[in-house]
Parts: sequence; structure tokens; C-alpha cells
Amino acid sequence: MNTSYITGSTEAAGKLIPEVSAKIGFKDFLGAVMVRWGFNRSRYRVSPGLYAIGVPGPDSDVFVTANYKLTFDNLRKNLQNTDGWILVLDTKGVNVWCAAGKGTFSTAELVSKIQSVSLEKVVNHRRLIVPQLGATGVAAHKVREETGFNVHFGPVRASDIEKFISNGYRADSDMRKVKFGFRDRIKLIPNDFLYGKYYLLGAMAVLYLLSGLSMNGISFTNFTKTGGPAILNAFLAYCAGIVFTPLFLPYLPGRYFSLKGFFSGMIVFVALLFTSLSHETFVTGLSWLFITGAMASFTAMNFTGSSTYTSLSGVKKEMKIFIPLQISFAVLGLILQITGKLIN
Amino acid sequence: MKDLVYLPDVVTLALDENKCTGCGLCIKVCPHNVFELSDRKAHIVRRDFCMECGACALNCACKAITVNSGVGCAAGIINGILKGTEPSCDCSGSKCC
Repeated sequence: MNTSYITGSTEAAGKLIPEVSAKIGFKDFLGAVMVRWGFNRSRYRVSPGLYAIGVPGPDSDVFVTANYKLTFDNLRKNLQNTDGWILVLDTKGVNVWCAAGKGTFSTAELVSKIQSVSLEKVVNHRRLIVPQLGATGVAAHKVREETGFNVHFGPVRASDIEKFISNGYRADSDMRKVKFGFRDRIKLIPNDFLYGKYYLLGAMAVLYLLSGLSMNGISFTNFTKTGGPAILNAFLAYCAGIVFTPLFLPYLPGRYFSLKGFFSGMIVFVALLFTSLSHETFVTGLSWLFITGAMASFTAMNFTGSSTYTSLSGVKKEMKIFIPLQISFAVLGLILQITGKLIN
Repeated sequence: MKDLVYLPDVVTLALDENKCTGCGLCIKVCPHNVFELSDRKAHIVRRDFCMECGACALNCACKAITVNSGVGCAAGIINGILKGTEPSCDCSGSKCC
């Protein structure tokens, strides 16, 4: 494991505490790019425990974070002008918000880490800065009851921490709000794209096989003529759901992700009408309308989990309405696809 | 850019203002600015922005807030149905919210 961010050690409460740099090196950058593309993602971790950044003393702040290295790096690069302690919880390599939702970034884990590093001997104050999004897992009043430490929920983004401190440990409402801008969404696309890769390959395989059908059984001419376009159409339908929908999320009509995805799918379908579908029959063309719509709608629906504003109750409602529609569209599309080949 | 808002009138968030002591922690932990404090009580002012993360209810020492919290993730809900568990974004490392 790359531990180049550890630059030395310092002694506190009779123990050696590793010191970390606030600089993001090339290895850290490369690692970040790799995990965004899904490489080594579940093992991209730092060891839980206490770290020192800058030249901290007994009065310095304690910043609580998760042991996903991307999260840890984001915190330390935003503490360039701060001397402090970083308390890393064992979240199994998952970021703060997700880990809080899963219950690994929790009151119990925080209490146990405070005790195992003897934090009360390292610092002489009783103030912990916990990222706001950790509040889904950490109950401030319980931490105080069990350890005497007062949890101050910091800003949502690590980039606001130094401002938060200079504000007297107060976050303004902008620092408290989760956003979901273009850059935030674009970062999520590679992992989401790869998440459904086997479904995509499966859909491509089925549509490729269907492309070889003709009224005389299997036709090799059909494979060579329409097999390639069929694979391309399936690929673009998938992209409509999981690439175009996230990119243009605020501008696509409707509130349901499935509906937004369906509209992206229709844009792709219209583009296909002028290209790979331009020589197809009406029935085959129509079959692609349903297939593209169903695939794009379903993959876009799965982006609800990556978004930062959907609720469990809302997604359940969305699924109840749209999964039956998606299945009907897919089945209808496949029936038309087969019919189109057989009557041609 | 204006705030993205999901579906109207679906969330299970509820606040019992009689139990509220006006500590204001719900306002601090809410990532979507759902609450406001007036007359020393919290009020739900932007209900449809709630994503049911549960941070407010967990941090409400007087148990004035209730919400059926969980992951707003279709893949997680499908996983839960397939495995017969609660909706979970635990996708064995391949993807997570």
C-alpha cells in the first residue's frame, strides 16, 4: 500500500503518532484517478487511528474522518495551514456519508477510536470536528455521554474547514448544504458506467443474436449487416441512461430519474434514426424506440443512488411506477425486433 | 444553479414541535436545509428537499424527529429485494453510492 503521505512521527501521550503531509503527491493523484475508474476501489484505504498534520499540540483541533484514502487525502490537502490531529475511523474503506448510512461511521466506532488512541491524553480540550455528513451515523449527545467529547459538526466540504474554524466553529448555511453540480456528477460517471457492464454485455449479446434472425432462420448476411449497428444501438442506449442523464440531469424534463433517462434515450433514438436505423423497416425502427427507452430509463433510475437528493420513499415510489413500464417496453421491443426480422 | 428537488409529498419526515427544545442541531446536520428555527422551535420548511438520511432524527436528543431513513438508491433496493434484506448500498465493493 502507498503510504508516501506519512512523512515522520511525533510523540503524544507516550505514543508515536504518524505525521502526514498536506501535499497530494503524484501517487495520490494516480490512485484517485484509478479508483474513480473502479480499480482497487474496495482496498483504497488508510489504517484507522490517530495522525498528526502540521505541528499539533494539546490545544489543536481533532478532525474525524473515514479510512477511504480519497476521503483522507481530501481532508489533509485542505488542512495546509492548520496544525491538527486526524482521527481516522475504520469505515472499511468507504467515504464518510456512505459509511454513516451503512453504520460503520458511527457513534460506537467513534467512541471506540477515542478510547483506543487515548485521545483525552493527547489533547487537553474536549472538542471534536466531525464532518456534517457523518451526522447520519454519529449522535453528538451520545458521544458526549460516553466520552465527554463535544462533537462539532463541521462543514459538508473539507475545503470549507479552515473558514469554519476561523468563523469560530460555525458553518454558514452554504457550507451546510450538499450540492450536486456538473463536476460532482461527472466524477461519478466512470464507476456507474462500469457498475452495469455485465448487463450491458448481456443486452448487446442478445440483440446481436436477434440481428441474425430472418424468415429463413439464421442469416449470416443479417449478422454482418445489422449485428454491428445492434451492438452500437445498445451501447448508446446504455450511455443515454448512465452518461447523458447524469450530465444533463437538471435540464432533462421530469423529476423521476426514469423519465429523465427515457428522454435521453429518445434523443439517442432520434439520432439513430438518421444513422444506423436509417435503412431499417418501420417495425424494426419502432422496436428500437422501445428498447432504447427501456434501457436508458432503467440505467438512469440506478443513478438515484449516486445522486445526493433522492429519498428512500421517493425511490420506492419511482420504482413502483417505472419498473413495470420498463419491463413492458423491453418485452414489447424484443417482440417487435423479432417480428421485424421474421416479416422482412 | 437552483437546488435539485426530487418527488413532492413522499418523505416520512415528521417533527413533534411539543417535544422540540429548540437546540438547533437538526438545522446544523441537515444537508438540504429542511429546517428553520423560529420562536425557539424547529420547523420543517422545505419538506420536499428531505432525502431521509436520518441525521436529524439521530441527533435529536429529545426524540422530536422521526423519519424512516435509508438509502434512496434503486440498485440498493433491488439488491435488498434479491437478498431479502433491507435496502442496502452494499454492492460488494463494485459500486457504492
